[in-house]
Amino acid sequence: MQYSKKVLEHFAEPHNVGTMDDADGVGEVGNAVCGDVMRIFIKVKDDRIDDIKFQTLGCGAAIATSSMVTDLAKGKTLDEAMTINRDNVATQLDGLPPVKMHCSNLAADALHAAIEDYRKKQAAKAG
Amino acid sequence: MDTRKTIYMDHAATAATDPEVVEAMLPYFAEKFTNPATLYTPGRGNDEVIEAARETIAKVIKADPGEIYFTSGGTESDNWAVKGVALASEKKGRHIITSAIEHHAVLEPCEFLKKRGWDITVLGVSDTGLVDPADVEKAIRNDTVLVSVMHANNEIGTIEPIADIAKITRAKGVIFHCDAVQTIGKIPVDIKALGVDMASASAHKFYGPKGVGFAYIRKGTRVETFNHGGGQEAGRRAGTHNVPGIVGMAKAIELADARLGDGARLTSLAEMLWKGLVNSIPDMLRNSPQGNSLPGFLNIVVEGVEGEAMLLRLDGKGVCVSSGSACTTGSLEPSHVLLAIGLPAEVAHGSVRFTLGRENTEEDVKHVIKEFPKIVAVLRQMSPTYKPDCRKGGLPYAI
Repeated sequence: MQYSKKVLEHFAEPHNVGTMDDADGVGEVGNAVCGDVMRIFIKVKDDRIDDIKFQTLGCGAAIATSSMVTDLAKGKTLDEAMTINRDNVATQLDGLPPVKMHCSNLAADALHAAIEDYRKKQAAKAG
Repeated sequence: MDTRKTIYMDHAATAATDPEVVEAMLPYFAEKFTNPATLYTPGRGNDEVIEAARETIAKVIKADPGEIYFTSGGTESDNWAVKGVALASEKKGRHIITSAIEHHAVLEPCEFLKKRGWDITVLGVSDTGLVDPADVEKAIRNDTVLVSVMHANNEIGTIEPIADIAKITRAKGVIFHCDAVQTIGKIPVDIKALGVDMASASAHKFYGPKGVGFAYIRKGTRVETFNHGGGQEAGRRAGTHNVPGIVGMAKAIELADARLGDGARLTSLAEMLWKGLVNSIPDMLRNSPQGNSLPGFLNIVVEGVEGEAMLLRLDGKGVCVSSGSACTTGSLEPSHVLLAIGLPAEVAHGSVRFTLGRENTEEDVKHVIKEFPKIVAVLRQMSPTYKPDCRKGGLPYAI
């Protein structure tokens, strides 16, 4: 099994690592029993992702995909961000080993969960 | 580009072939290439070379030369033992006993037999990975034909009470196979004193070439032929001899035997590594039992971090190790050995195995002690599951 150069770069120096105390939406997927947990925090301004941070427990692919998803989502409208999927993320990283496509490529799901969390909160506010 | 040398700490996986071994092998590729079975002049002598190698190996493990059979390595020797004994003893019974921490080269043949109607008892182990001989005794039935327990575990390094188990199997008349792939050439192995009927060994674990190993089969042990074909190995394991490999293996075991004293140095290096790491990394646990592990073995779990991530970051610092996380086992499950010693899956994913060998020095250990805590700190900062501030101290599970 070999990782692409891009995966290793994102793994070695991941972008947008961190947490947010005042996040507008938080999404978490995976579980520790499987060895992968991802949490994504978003700040939303004018229906766009203004800021995004992630925390990930997982392997090289899990960390690299998290980093890539945050790069892809930053500045996008929520609808645009919802179209980012596992395949886009893998392609942008110049591919992932087949064994990693399912278990460690959950970052797009975490992003969607964060957006859904934001929308739910907005709906509750609008009440 | 990092120009620092590579620090290889994965000797339980394989080791570099000793240059003296390579030198001993070289004439047997192009110059003395002939089949040991031939009678013409250029071929004469290779049969003697094979027999000399057999004697060398037998002497080191204190067996008779006629009890050493050349194979392609540990996996073949293990397969031969499990399936060969099962087939030879079918009329007596179809029950096999093994342990939960065996190598896949034993567990998979057992699984294969299970699908074909054999009954397999898999014994659990203690939290340090020990098989209890009393459990073996309790598990033996009238139809038990084989007990297979490894000499030392390849992931955590625990050395098993083989001689005690052998006393039981001998008394009950059950064949005992011992996977000694991790011990032969690493610690003193006196096969007669251990009292096993069969044992498996692999040359590349003791600085020999890959693709060659041997099976010890005590005289009178009933085991079916594995490779059918020509009459090599007394008709029990057919196939043209791997002459360079066998020559290399004999040289390697001779050299390894002369260097067994290095084990004490490796044990103290592993202790130094543990002390250095445990001083600077909180919430870390040791899986290799102190005082009963193979020399140079240190398997740890680091809470809140995944094993492959640590492995890759160590690689970035020039250090080669392995891990028992799901990502590195090639399945969705973490190491079966770590689960068997009672670690929850979420903890087992955070394992790292350092296995030190000949070329490792104190400097190498110091380098790891300096770099590894930084790696753990960075990955923990990234981790959503590690919350040191919420801790009351200690690990969140009983062990």
